[in-house]
Amino acid sequence: MTTKPKVSKAELAEQFRSFIDPEYVITDDETMKPYECDGMSMYCEMPLLVVLPETVEQVQRVMRICNENAVPVVARGAGTGLSAGAMPNKEGVVLSLAKFNRIIEIDPLARAARLQPGVRNLAISEEAAQFGLYYGPDPSSQIACTIGGNVAENSGGVHCLKYGLTVHNILSVEMVTAEGDVVTVGSDGLDSCGMDLLALMTGSEGLLGVVTEVKVKLLPKPEVAQVVMAGFDDVQKGGDAVGGIISHGIIPGGLEMMDGHAIVAADDFAQAGYPRDAKALLLCEVDGTEEEVHEHIAQAEEVFRKLGATSVRTSQSEEERALLWKGRKSAFPAVGRISPDYYCMDGTIPRREIAYVLTEMEKMSEEFGLRVANVFHAGDGNLHPLILFDANVPGEFERTEAFGSRILEMCVEVGGCITGEHGVGVEKIRQMAVQFNDEELQQFHDVKAAFDPAGILNPGKGVPALKFCQEYRSLEHKQHTHEHTEAAHG
Amino acid sequence: MADISQQLKEQVLQARDSGHKLNIVGGGTKTFMGREADPDAGTLNVGEHTGIVDYHPVELVLTVRAGTPLSEIEATLAEQGQCLHFEPPRFGDASTIGGTLACNLSGPGRPWAGSVRDQVLGIRLLNGKGEHLRFGGQVMKNVAGYDVSRLQAGALGTLGLITEISMKVMPRPAASLTLVQEMGMDEVIHYMNSRAAEPKPITAACWVDGKVYLRLSGAKSGVEATAEKWSGDVMENGDQFWQQVQDMQHEFFAGNDVPLWRFSVGSTAATPNLEGNWFIDWAGSQRWFRGAGELKELEPMARAAGGQVSLFRGGDRNGEVMHHQPEALKGIQRRIKNAFDPDNIFNPGRLYSWL
Repeated sequence: MTTKPKVSKAELAEQFRSFIDPEYVITDDETMKPYECDGMSMYCEMPLLVVLPETVEQVQRVMRICNENAVPVVARGAGTGLSAGAMPNKEGVVLSLAKFNRIIEIDPLARAARLQPGVRNLAISEEAAQFGLYYGPDPSSQIACTIGGNVAENSGGVHCLKYGLTVHNILSVEMVTAEGDVVTVGSDGLDSCGMDLLALMTGSEGLLGVVTEVKVKLLPKPEVAQVVMAGFDDVQKGGDAVGGIISHGIIPGGLEMMDGHAIVAADDFAQAGYPRDAKALLLCEVDGTEEEVHEHIAQAEEVFRKLGATSVRTSQSEEERALLWKGRKSAFPAVGRISPDYYCMDGTIPRREIAYVLTEMEKMSEEFGLRVANVFHAGDGNLHPLILFDANVPGEFERTEAFGSRILEMCVEVGGCITGEHGVGVEKIRQMAVQFNDEELQQFHDVKAAFDPAGILNPGKGVPALKFCQEYRSLEHKQHTHEHTEAAHG
Repeated sequence: MADISQQLKEQVLQARDSGHKLNIVGGGTKTFMGREADPDAGTLNVGEHTGIVDYHPVELVLTVRAGTPLSEIEATLAEQGQCLHFEPPRFGDASTIGGTLACNLSGPGRPWAGSVRDQVLGIRLLNGKGEHLRFGGQVMKNVAGYDVSRLQAGALGTLGLITEISMKVMPRPAASLTLVQEMGMDEVIHYMNSRAAEPKPITAACWVDGKVYLRLSGAKSGVEATAEKWSGDVMENGDQFWQQVQDMQHEFFAGNDVPLWRFSVGSTAATPNLEGNWFIDWAGSQRWFRGAGELKELEPMARAAGGQVSLFRGGDRNGEVMHHQPEALKGIQRRIKNAFDPDNIFNPGRLYSWL
């Protein structure tokens, strides 16, 4: 926990301006306004000030000053995060890495790229394309999100099942510690001696250090990719087909599922030719060599038919493949069209529980009086329920949050977890108490203290203070009513 | 097949109360690794903590007690047409999954299939306070809390006793074949990396004794089509060859007289100019060297190659055996150790003299 900062805003700004271009030390409310939230715009806070350093040395000096004066620091990339992990601290500094946006080097033979943390995820693959290479993890926000943020969140995407998460696709990270030291964890080798600090850093949500450089692995672009679309008249059958494909020995490049609501919304939006009467739709992409894809596509079609698919369609061209994906990729905006607002949840479940969880969610939807559409990475059991609501209706967002909490708790109940890829941030900090006990949470706090003794890095995020957990646990599980949201907020 | 976690917990608590240290032992096949174990420490034997806790082939997830032998796990998976994709080295029938994770050991397929650390989804850990904690989970994606599970990979048990591991398993490839051809050490780095940059089903690449070996696996049609396009002869007993590489039974690794060094370096880096024999694996990322040397002399070479060096087997095991750590990282690691094991009970001095 941080103590009260020892300097005023004016003093801090003056110190920063002595070594950072004064234009990039922002102190006025109007210019700071865009930094008040990340992609999770329901959670807002204005920072003390915003600073945009341009060199690693400047980052070090910012950290040293903040560490000495107990000023909280929230590192920020593109601000696309969906758990309010980059929400500012009102007594702290937002440290934007936006100026670190250079691809330093691509080594095609070693299949690696050295990047500044503010490089956009998609820009890596675009730059690597000239060498027939690409960067594996492809979160939905890849057009805007940055690699530094990807490391902080251990971002995934559509292709995780086969190609892994960020943690599987990076070689090393250079970071500035809370105390202002520059250290490199990892190396050009595939592992390093001793405890795996690179893994610990990945997904640490800006609580352990500020990433100033990332070296990622690049993959050869597959020769061919084809997608099979399968519609099912029953959620159970769709869920079973996910397991069916995988236990058949095929690891698809992507395996996505949509429920009935999402199918109709996405098809209205993209005119992808989805079976509109289906209750579940699977998009199964197989990639690899021509021969391999040919063999696996035939097997996938057969598996889906055997497991009761009411329609099966395989892309015969790149255009058709793009069209089938268009519906899935535009599912969020498509759902946005049918509701004033939507709240995108993120939880993971064992695949065998897909049908059960979807059915339960339908029941909850009735209980809470809110519609829910499901679009998710079925291959790795990562759900993204979209709860539809209207923020202008008093009490509706609170009800939405309560519904969301119930979904996350159900994920834990069936053996899953409260976040697959969006992170805990502020948004899910209460549910951490459901997934972990006090001893485990204390262990997390102790790990944090090993990196950040003064507790200045992104305080109040990721790991809840233990005293709030008791409260939350006793309230939850006993009364699954709407009241608990207010209580947990209070 | 038994759950002795309660007994293990009591042993830790006892050691804590009495100020004793504990050396962790599973199957006892990796005693040669790390620095010399503390002779005054007691033994914490996880070898009896065995059994598969949960296995759903459809989920591709296995949960197993840490003392379970790899051979037992692999036999269970094989019945379902699945395998441990990271091809863990076995130094004997008794080698366990817990030791494999603690030592971060993975076989020839590692650059493509990932390492043991990559496949871990969650663990249970007995820390130095005798708390039996659960981290991660049994699902493919889980970003709640710090990744304490993967942190254990390579920590050599210094952060606590891993008691249970959940990990991703994979279908066995439908087909596999190996191409072999003669090649000099100078050319092979470029050759292996070039092959690895092609979108082909390559799953292993190594060089030893003037020959380069490439393994292709996956769908039969894809493997055969690639083999036709690429040079090299199809090896008759390819699977056997890779099994030997995996278990370090290849003759390169034989004997204990000459120290075995491991360079974990950039895949395209030039091989250090040293008097002795080399075995290049992982398409250049892992290079084994047999020869006399001093860690301090080899470290700059490893650094120049973008990586690190460790004394894997033999040599002086009372000195440091792992690549030197910079001061800032030393400080962080000491504090992490203290966060998990405040009384310094587990495997004292096994990883570094200062930890």
